[in-house]
Amino acid sequence: MANSHDVLVDVQDLKVHFYLHEGTVHAVDGVSFQVSQGKTLGVIGESGSGKSVTAQAILGIVPSPPGKQVGGRILLNLPENDASTRVINLSELKPNGSEIRSIRGKEISMIFQEPMTSFSPVHTIGDQIMEAVRIHYPNVSKKEARERAIEMLRRVGIPHSEQRIDSYSFEFSGGMRQRAMIAMSLVCNPRMVIADEPTTALDVTIEAQILELLKDLQKEFGMAMLYISHDLAVVGDVADEVIVMYLGMVMEQAATQELFDNPLHPYTEALWRSIPTIDGPLEKLSPVRGTLPSPFAVHKGCPFFSRCEKRIPGVCDANRPPLVEARPSHMVRCFLYTELPSEKANGAA
Amino acid sequence: MLVYIIRRLLMLIPILLLVSFIAFFIIELPPGDWVTTYVSQLRTSGIQLSDQEAERLTQLYGFDQPTYVRYYKWMQGIVTRGDFGWSFQWGKPVNDILAERLPITLTISLMALVFSWMVAIPIGIYSATHQYSLVDYFATFIGFIGLATPGFLLAMILAWGANQYLGFSALGLYSKDFLDAPWSTAKALDMLKHMILPLIIIGMASAGSTIRVLRGNLLDELKKQYVITARAKGLSEYQLLMKYPVRLALNPVFSTIGWLLPAIFAGEVLISIVLSLPSLGPLLLRATLSQDMYLVGSVVLILSALTIVGSLISDIYLAWADPRIRYGGVSK
Amino acid sequence: MSTHVRNAAEGGLGGSQPFIDEGVDTSIGSVDERLEAGSERFYYANPWQLIMWRFRRHRLAMISLVLLVTLYLSAILAPFVSPYLATTRFEGMQMMPPTRIHMIHEDRLMRPFIYSLTKTLDTETFRYTFTEDTSQVYPILFFMQGEEYKVLGLWSINIHLFGTGEGLQPVMLFGSDELGRDIFSRTIYGGRISLSIGLFGVLIAFGLGVLIGGISGYFGGSTDEVIQRLIDVIISIPLIPFWMALSAALPRTWDSTQTFLAITLILAAVTWCGLARVVRGKLLALREEEYALAAQAAGASKARIIFRHLMPGFTSHLIVSITLAIPVAILGETALSFLGLGIQPPAVSWGVLLKDAQDLVAVAQQPWRLIPALFVIGTVLLFNFVGDGLRDAADPYSA
Repeated sequence: MANSHDVLVDVQDLKVHFYLHEGTVHAVDGVSFQVSQGKTLGVIGESGSGKSVTAQAILGIVPSPPGKQVGGRILLNLPENDASTRVINLSELKPNGSEIRSIRGKEISMIFQEPMTSFSPVHTIGDQIMEAVRIHYPNVSKKEARERAIEMLRRVGIPHSEQRIDSYSFEFSGGMRQRAMIAMSLVCNPRMVIADEPTTALDVTIEAQILELLKDLQKEFGMAMLYISHDLAVVGDVADEVIVMYLGMVMEQAATQELFDNPLHPYTEALWRSIPTIDGPLEKLSPVRGTLPSPFAVHKGCPFFSRCEKRIPGVCDANRPPLVEARPSHMVRCFLYTELPSEKANGAA
Repeated sequence: MLVYIIRRLLMLIPILLLVSFIAFFIIELPPGDWVTTYVSQLRTSGIQLSDQEAERLTQLYGFDQPTYVRYYKWMQGIVTRGDFGWSFQWGKPVNDILAERLPITLTISLMALVFSWMVAIPIGIYSATHQYSLVDYFATFIGFIGLATPGFLLAMILAWGANQYLGFSALGLYSKDFLDAPWSTAKALDMLKHMILPLIIIGMASAGSTIRVLRGNLLDELKKQYVITARAKGLSEYQLLMKYPVRLALNPVFSTIGWLLPAIFAGEVLISIVLSLPSLGPLLLRATLSQDMYLVGSVVLILSALTIVGSLISDIYLAWADPRIRYGGVSK
Repeated sequence: MSTHVRNAAEGGLGGSQPFIDEGVDTSIGSVDERLEAGSERFYYANPWQLIMWRFRRHRLAMISLVLLVTLYLSAILAPFVSPYLATTRFEGMQMMPPTRIHMIHEDRLMRPFIYSLTKTLDTETFRYTFTEDTSQVYPILFFMQGEEYKVLGLWSINIHLFGTGEGLQPVMLFGSDELGRDIFSRTIYGGRISLSIGLFGVLIAFGLGVLIGGISGYFGGSTDEVIQRLIDVIISIPLIPFWMALSAALPRTWDSTQTFLAITLILAAVTWCGLARVVRGKLLALREEEYALAAQAAGASKARIIFRHLMPGFTSHLIVSITLAIPVAILGETALSFLGLGIQPPAVSWGVLLKDAQDLVAVAQQPWRLIPALFVIGTVLLFNFVGDGLRDAADPYSA
């Protein structure tokens, strides 16, 4: 696993529940992972897997009624000027208080999925980027902030940035807007960027450009990245390490190449098989069987049971499988790789 | 932006024209030819009116000719001479009467509008951000009272209350002492004291609906993605509230002047009747009871025209405040 | 257009795909999913049931609806509900405060009754006071005989809901006016006019509004432009002055029925605009929705698209608009009558009653004269609660 000196964000057993009047949704149900400095962690999952909620929980922006973090810790290791490290538990900070606010946008920033709705329609792009600077660096003059914003826009590949800075979001195309969003998230030089499906709303060709841009920027600025997507190919391209989430739990976790070479969890295998390939003989599409169960359902056993081709009735639906290291640095949550619970006192992880 | 303004100004003309048709229709409504009625009235009350003068009146107002000529003459009078016709109840040109009363109506109405915004906007914002709190319920309650209670009733009760408990006669715009006195600070203060009641009553009804609109819009805006983006950037809740969703939610509030103004004018007319204020209200009432139609029609025309101009101003403001409209981009 | 959401608890796999037999257990095992009770019903209801269900949850709206129905019933059954006619005068009973109802006479519990009242002039304040004469007891009888009235103009009945009996001390729950008429009865009779003018005025406006708004919204283009300008103009005209101006044209010589109809039309003349706007707005929006395009692509005629596909989408909004327009009309009639421009005496409406109560001095001395105002306020509030409740119930996106 990651070298403990490099770990920037350490999520431990995070649990987030949503209390709706139809029932309680266990959106995130015991998720743990680490993001290291300068590295990218990819998170793969379908809608409803809890990946976005996890990201929101890190920044403390989970919509708070009805959502609530009910368990776990989110630790941020901030290097200080004197080479020591300050450890902050983000989940204990006062909601929307000044501490968490000084982290948002400055130490950890976020890129959202829908660039159109993510910008205010009545303020210029420049205004919104400069705002990020001026909140966190109040001593910076307006002129300097503007210079920085122009430079940032140029760096993300927006031509004529000295003029475009005064445009409104609806004057930009989708790809440009996303670039502007990236500029806004990087303008304060954060240590980590959370990218929540940044290319899902874009055309494939633009998507490729944005991915290249992100990779370049990471090389240049050296920030860590948490890249969330449902698109395996994209995550494979961009991440150093990957976790696979399903219904609020981590199902598998490994370095990217290892995961692609040796997918262990039946869900991961099914995902791999469902990708249509261009080369090779023509074959039938094979989607992951079944549909997501209702979010209000409570699963005694493995949540993937209803769709798993390798399930063992009586075992997989009776107890929750624990997360085990099936191969070196490769974790899986599946009874296929665990001793059966009859040999243990209680299999719940 | 300029193009937008010019376009809107041009569209104003057919609208004002239509309003004048309706106003004229009102003038012509009562059966009978009022000149002959007027003349016979004058004659019965003993005033000698020669046939020549009667003829002149008939010609002046075009009663010897078809309706559209009469309309044309009336409009011509308004546009070229500022002459809105003749009030036979008062025996004066309508515009003399209007000049006395219109400024008061305007002052009270505009102040009521501003007052209602001053009350409604803070309450609306608080209500939306603190849903289901005591203030929220209280605001909803006030809103309902404002809209359910007939204004004139409220006026009556409050005036009686002021009289009973404060020894303050709320009727009229000036106390007896100041009625004929020349202008002074004391007189102005006295006038303001008398204006409080009408302002509150007229303003309350509009305040109620403004609160509801603002609250609804703000609740919608607060759910939008850009609010989350702003929060993720590190803005404090107060900052992000004021800068983003409030700005957007306020726009429809200012653009609803289009239907707030008529309501305020209507309220002003009604309340001023009950409280005997020297504005257009009591004037209109007497005119309708005595079928003094040029006065009635002119009042309707002027009030409507003011409303239309008011909504033009609010549309221009909206275009300035919301760049999407200016650029013809995605509008809400 | 019923919404049938597949309840996922029906089975683990969607569709009817069987497992590939790879030596694995192929029985479709049921998943341990427990949905909270009630959510199942939630998934199977059609839109109207959903609306009714949610409306019922809105306590305030339900109570208001019940009260409104009671009000309208009492208006329909006015002669029965009121002990006296609206015009009956009682000599020596002018300006009497509401009759006090007692239950204890000479320390004995009795059925509700009233005492006889005598009017005396207080020589110091020169005001009339009414003193009770505790010797004479007049019990309040129910379903008793009183003055005759006609039902539907055909049958003569003389049964009233309650009263003291002919020729005996009258029971005036809201007191009397300066002519000795029972205000309670007048209020109930007045409700007939006030409530029905509001209702009919809005119904006429509804017919007009749906027709014109429908044409405007569906055909768009220049028809739409013209109609919209017209509506813009009409709603720019301040209501009260406009209504005042229109009623100025009514000849004083018309009888009550004619005035009633005229006022109804005057109220409708402006109200239709609001409804037309709603219809047009919804049609414009829904016309572009993909399900309308789909219907067109499937070959549906214009009429069919409008009635079967588009209309259900906004019928609920229409009903809400109507419910919220009625109180505006009622307030309008009240204001007009209050000013003397609407319903004329001897016909009675709540506005007329308030007009009679207008003198501020009188209000101070006879505050019970304002009771009809409570009816106006109450009715308006009730309609608004019901309308709000309907609106919340019909909105699929609210909590």
